[in-house]
Amino acid sequence: MDFGLTDEQEQLKSGARDFLANECSSAVVRKVMAEESGLAPELYKKIAELGWTGMIIPEEFGGLGLGMLDLAVLLEECGYAAMPGPFAFSAGIAASALKLGGSPQQCQRWLPGLAAGSVTGTVAMVEESDSLDPADITLSAARDGSGFVLNGVKLFVPYAHAADFMVVAARINPGPDGLDFFLVEGGASGVTSRIMRNVDQTRRICEVKFDGVKLAQDARLPNRAELLDRLIDAGAVIMAADCLGGSERALEMAVEYSKVREQFGRPIGSFQALQHLAAELIAAIEPARSLLWYAAYAQDAGLEDASRAASMAKARLSAVYSRTADQSVLMHGGIGFTWEHDIHLWFKRARFDDPFFGDPVFHRERVAVLSGY
Amino acid sequence: MDLNLTPEEEAYREQVRAWLANNRPVALHQRGVVDGKTWVERAKDWQRRLYEGGLLALSWPREYGGQALDPMRQAIVSEELARANVGGVVGGNAIGMLGPTLITWGTEEQKRRYLPKILTGEEIWCQGYSEPGAGSDLASLRTRAELQGDEFVVNGQKVWTSGAHIADMMFGLVRTNPDAPKHKGISYLLIDMKSPGITVRPLVQMNGEADFCEVFFDNVRVPRANLVGELNEGWKVANTTMVHERNWLGASPQRLFDKLMERARQQRRRGVPMTSDPLFRHRLVDMQIDVEAMRLHALRLLSNAIHKRQGGVENMVAKLVGTELHHRMALTAMDMLGDYGTLARGEQSALDRGVWSATWFGSIARMFGGGTSEIQKNVIAERGLGMPKSR
Ligand SMILES: Cc1cc2nc3c(=O)[nH]c(=O)nc-3n(C[C@H](O)[C@H](O)[C@H](O)COP(=O)(O)OP(=O)(O)OC[C@H]3O[C@@H](n4cnc5c(N)ncnc54)[C@H](O)[C@@H]3O)c2cc1C
Repeated sequence: MDFGLTDEQEQLKSGARDFLANECSSAVVRKVMAEESGLAPELYKKIAELGWTGMIIPEEFGGLGLGMLDLAVLLEECGYAAMPGPFAFSAGIAASALKLGGSPQQCQRWLPGLAAGSVTGTVAMVEESDSLDPADITLSAARDGSGFVLNGVKLFVPYAHAADFMVVAARINPGPDGLDFFLVEGGASGVTSRIMRNVDQTRRICEVKFDGVKLAQDARLPNRAELLDRLIDAGAVIMAADCLGGSERALEMAVEYSKVREQFGRPIGSFQALQHLAAELIAAIEPARSLLWYAAYAQDAGLEDASRAASMAKARLSAVYSRTADQSVLMHGGIGFTWEHDIHLWFKRARFDDPFFGDPVFHRERVAVLSGY
Repeated sequence: MDLNLTPEEEAYREQVRAWLANNRPVALHQRGVVDGKTWVERAKDWQRRLYEGGLLALSWPREYGGQALDPMRQAIVSEELARANVGGVVGGNAIGMLGPTLITWGTEEQKRRYLPKILTGEEIWCQGYSEPGAGSDLASLRTRAELQGDEFVVNGQKVWTSGAHIADMMFGLVRTNPDAPKHKGISYLLIDMKSPGITVRPLVQMNGEADFCEVFFDNVRVPRANLVGELNEGWKVANTTMVHERNWLGASPQRLFDKLMERARQQRRRGVPMTSDPLFRHRLVDMQIDVEAMRLHALRLLSNAIHKRQGGVENMVAKLVGTELHHRMALTAMDMLGDYGTLARGEQSALDRGVWSATWFGSIARMFGGGTSEIQKNVIAERGLGMPKSR
């Protein structure tokens, strides 16, 4: 029994921290934030060379064939650095969608490019209702000869404006069993993406309109049973890992600041109100890390409670990140409210992560159902 | 990351489970649910049976009654004991705190003399730390011990000493050098409670039991051989005890949560069980997540110990989080039960034998041991996060 990271994972983690400290400083993050596309292509090229983009892609498709825990370790560091760009959504969530639901041909078509970092993909799930409940996914996929035609609108789709492909959740019929997933190429006719203005400028999300988008029969993902749930599991762990790294960073910034800022003739970090606040935050972060590791491991090992573990991790880490980022801004005083100080990058990112792929209420409810409440 | 047990460990778990199935105590002895005297009798008896069954202090060295097994075996036993819901042992404090301290700091003679009887429950111990003027600021303690020849002469007073009225021995802190800075003049002594000059006065607690006591020392003679560690170095020794005390009290409250869920499924308000009540449903899930986090967190700390990884601030949070969570569960039970929650032990209409009000009291008591939550937070902030000292 060893509930902990392997030496390789520890190296991956410290290597990622060093790399991002050099290549993804807050100056770099701010530069990408200011650009329309928000893509950070040079950085993306470098992380692809390090193998990050192929982390969970099987070796037969050009990836490293590693697991969710390895990816989670990396994503924690990306969260720590507030790394901009499509990495988590493309090499994490879209790669998972193909791995879990795609045919060998579909995987062959896209996974090698994802692994190499030469293409990016995304997943389009939620709509106006902002809900992951299958009943709320209504985008229509009507049969059209041997193929399908898509009509409807998806919201909050990460980096759709630049994606080479999208995995789109849609319905062939309105019944409970009618949910399907389709592969749609970025430039397909009838697809229009619009970047939605969002407070977390380290991320880009889009409104995507599907207006009579014609798809061939083989655009449909064959392994659709439980795909929505498995994708929620993967997405939950991926987002939770970002939350963990971001929480650590926000608290670290607040604690470091508290050691140097003086008021009433002493460092503010010597005031017990701030000490206790910081202690409460770290006492929430550390056990939540254990939840995340277990949730990732449960997916890798195919454990029965993988879904519940994923929801526990996301429910807790979403809340921990939101609270930590919030309180860390407050610990900075006025400077924390400026554009110049970096803390707002994490403050806003926490709020992006909180609802994305299910907010705490959604995941708590999922835990309740899976526990037979 | 690998959560599989070896086939030997699996077999060991089966063996422990079978032993527990065949040796369950016949009579219930949950603290606070039965009265104090009955508890002591039954917990003493149960401790002896556990010891004979080879299920106590597995990692202690063989020569002192242990089995020199790895921490993983100990963890398996602890888990199975919790699952079997069999109630505690009388010497939990000595096994959990004093034993490991003596193993680290005791002389060979002290280990041989005291450790075996801690395990068998033949000698019951109490912890003599707190004084009227020294609670959270423990190092300001004033009970004086003067070395005269090869004996200490002890004068002063301890308070809140749990079980002093039934204890054979005390592990305590005394001031041996009043002129040194406060942390540098303290020594760690083992004191025979039958020594002339000791007076024990039980204090009635809020739950009606008299479990903690005042202990007065009037020229009590203690052999120098009962000093643990060096003279005036008792604070260091006490820190070892403290680490073990925090681990002991911070154990995962999984079993309590299971009981709470059982109750929540049965308890109805406006026709629906609490597990479907819009408010309680999510409160319960929230605690379930915390309980699971603490279970996994304990595995992480255990793994660090097994694989000799040092770890950092994660080692400091268990007692704070565990005891606060325990308290939150007790409060949720009280909120859920309404008027039934207020029923006392022995009342025939009380639910689950009145366990919930007892748990509520107990959850408060648990937060004091090893330092209050505020003290935990001071330690986490200053030592764990390196924030500047508040004084
Ligand atoms: C049921 C029970 C059993 C006990 N058993 C034993 C035992 O067997 N042996 C033994 O030695 N002791 C025992 N104790 C005593 C226990 O260790 C003390 O109660 C505890 O250390 C707190 O000390 P105090 O009661 O003097 O409270 P105080 O130290 O007076 O604390 C009062 C309040 O002030 C807060 N406070 C104090 N200092 C600070 C600070 N620096 N920063 C922020 N807040 C602060 C505390 O957190 C608390 O909320 C027991 C207590 C209880 C309730």
